[in-house]
Amino acid sequence: MAYRSHILLCSGTGCVSCGAFTLKETLKTELQKRNLQDEIQVVTTGCQGFCAEGPIMIVQPDGIFYCQVKPSDVPTIVEEHFIKGRPVKKLLYTGAAKATPIPALKDIPFFAKQQLVVLRNRGLVDPDKIEDYIAVDGYSALSKALTEMKPEAIIAEIKRSGLRGRGGGGFPAGIKWETCRKAYLQRNVEPVVICNADEGDPGAYMDRSIIESDPHAVLEGMAIAAYAIGAKEGFIYIRHEYPLARQRLLNAIEQAKEYGLLGENILNTNFSFNIEIVQGAGAFVCGESTALMASLEGEVGEPRAKYIHTVEYGYKNRPSNLNNVETYANVPLIILRGSDWFASMGTGDPRENPWNGSSGTKVFSLVGKVNNTGLIEVPMGISLREIIFDIGGGIPKGKKFKAVQTGGPSGGCLPESKLDMPVDFDSLTEAGSMMGSGGMIVMDEETCMVDVARYFISFLTEESCGKCTPCREGLRTMLDILNRICEGKGKEEDIAFLEEMGEVMQDCCLCALGTSAPNPVLSTIEYFKNEYLEHIKNHKCPGGVCKELITYVIDKNKCDGCHACTKVCSSNAIKGEAKKLHSIDTTKCIKCGACIEVCTKDAIYKE
Amino acid sequence: MPKLTVEDLKNLREGLRDKMNIRSGEAKAKVIVHMSTCGIAAGARDILKAFMDEIENRGITDILVTTSSCAGLCSKEPMITVLYQNQPPVKYVELTPQKVKKIFEEHLLNGNIVKEFALASGSETTA
Repeated sequence: MAYRSHILLCSGTGCVSCGAFTLKETLKTELQKRNLQDEIQVVTTGCQGFCAEGPIMIVQPDGIFYCQVKPSDVPTIVEEHFIKGRPVKKLLYTGAAKATPIPALKDIPFFAKQQLVVLRNRGLVDPDKIEDYIAVDGYSALSKALTEMKPEAIIAEIKRSGLRGRGGGGFPAGIKWETCRKAYLQRNVEPVVICNADEGDPGAYMDRSIIESDPHAVLEGMAIAAYAIGAKEGFIYIRHEYPLARQRLLNAIEQAKEYGLLGENILNTNFSFNIEIVQGAGAFVCGESTALMASLEGEVGEPRAKYIHTVEYGYKNRPSNLNNVETYANVPLIILRGSDWFASMGTGDPRENPWNGSSGTKVFSLVGKVNNTGLIEVPMGISLREIIFDIGGGIPKGKKFKAVQTGGPSGGCLPESKLDMPVDFDSLTEAGSMMGSGGMIVMDEETCMVDVARYFISFLTEESCGKCTPCREGLRTMLDILNRICEGKGKEEDIAFLEEMGEVMQDCCLCALGTSAPNPVLSTIEYFKNEYLEHIKNHKCPGGVCKELITYVIDKNKCDGCHACTKVCSSNAIKGEAKKLHSIDTTKCIKCGACIEVCTKDAIYKE
Repeated sequence: MPKLTVEDLKNLREGLRDKMNIRSGEAKAKVIVHMSTCGIAAGARDILKAFMDEIENRGITDILVTTSSCAGLCSKEPMITVLYQNQPPVKYVELTPQKVKKIFEEHLLNGNIVKEFALASGSETTA
């Protein structure tokens, strides 16, 4: 019987003098003990030339190189390498000779913890060349779908994969497609496929990046959805602030048509599908499904009540399937590699029930007070801590972490205690935040949580369409109260009132903009109530942000009178002779913070 | 371009795949300039132009320059990826036209990685 593996044990003088023969006996005994003597052969060789690291041994055919092996290491090697098939890392040679002059990408934490599905072609293909996309298997999923799969089989595959809507809601895409197809077959009204690229969350740019990186992946995903649902017409609703993404889409559509991958009789089959790009004017509410469809129709972008779903009666009362950019971009790979592959990533097993867990990956834009700002794609279920501290590289300037806001303006702010929570649709919702489309804003200790809530409520107040009263009036009332608290004029009963108002909005608003709008307030009250109380009771802002509640002070022990601050002070509030202690006239100070930035002695602080 | 059939698509893919692979092509090196909104805002066009100028001024034919999208690490843009024959891809970060000159001379012409501007080598993990 042939041996499955050989251990080439060096028995040159060097290795023998550091114990190669004892090692050989130990190896043989251990292999016998594990009954591997007929599978693994121990061969002694002449000097292998690397005497400094002896005793050395090479395992073939794996080509694994162990060095400085001691008899006490043998049980581990046999157990790990020969039984479990895992080379023993700590004994592997990692000397200077093999090291590359620069680190490997996969050894850099920013890249190491990422797993690219949607962004698999980022930085590799030229988004303006369809040939690049075709070379990396582009449009082969569409080809497979059209020639080997029935629409029902595609829907079943998507359902089984557990792909949930990446726009924020997390509704299983397969169920949506199924409902839409059913509505089409029942009513015999031609359905439409719509892509939501109206990404409006402050600090979020996942969809823009996906389109700019790989526009054809979105088109291919839409075409597969259209075939599965029975649609011939598709729209991409993209905000006008994304000119480059739009240009790349226009170009991609043009090229796909030339190649017969969009248009009439795609790939010489009976399937025809056209995509039109429609620009939104930048209203945040138009990311909401019914408002988006109203806007597509040329009406004012306002939502309507959804007791009738848009999958049944949407754009021009036709069955309308709306998914966002990232959802569609996931589709081609699911079709190519199968639902098992997709379901194996992330949390839960969705194959029986697509609501069970969150499968696949998620793209996040990681911004705010974090060292590595960037666009990341991670498997679902990764912890917030890994995202912020490993991938993000932690908080700049050694400051302390305070909160992370997920899910855009209507998401919530999560504190340190939630950092080990897995990032998936259900855990985030449970913690009072949401997945949203994937914005992630990191905040450090110098952030005021009341001010953060105020910022988001002020954004939403401006973006509320005004159609329903709880949203329109609720947001204004909340904003007034938050403004008051930030000015130090808060009352203790304000907190209870904010909470009550938030609950009313959650219950009564017409669309998701309104029902999720109180999240920033409610989550900051839940996790950072002490900051509200500091503002209200002690008129202090712990983050040092709310201008009415802070004063700038010069530390008399640190100031050396260098005049750096007096030069930058635009309101002439700092006085003092050269090389003598300076002072700030608080009646003139506008609290702009310019002095703190230039002071080399750290002598100015906020009180 | 005539419309493709399923078979055409397959053949086209095989052909294109070979073409994208620099080892079998005529080019000895390829520069990918990462040009998404973030890269362009940070000055990627100047970087692209600097490479094009170098190639034109030196009359070089075996180095390709192409563009692609965001490499993810937006805080370190402008970035490029250099593919040199038989080397893993190398990413350079925070580039300026001056740095481009050095990278062109040392890495693209002679295959030596410019350690001081390089971030890392290798590819990202795809699922």
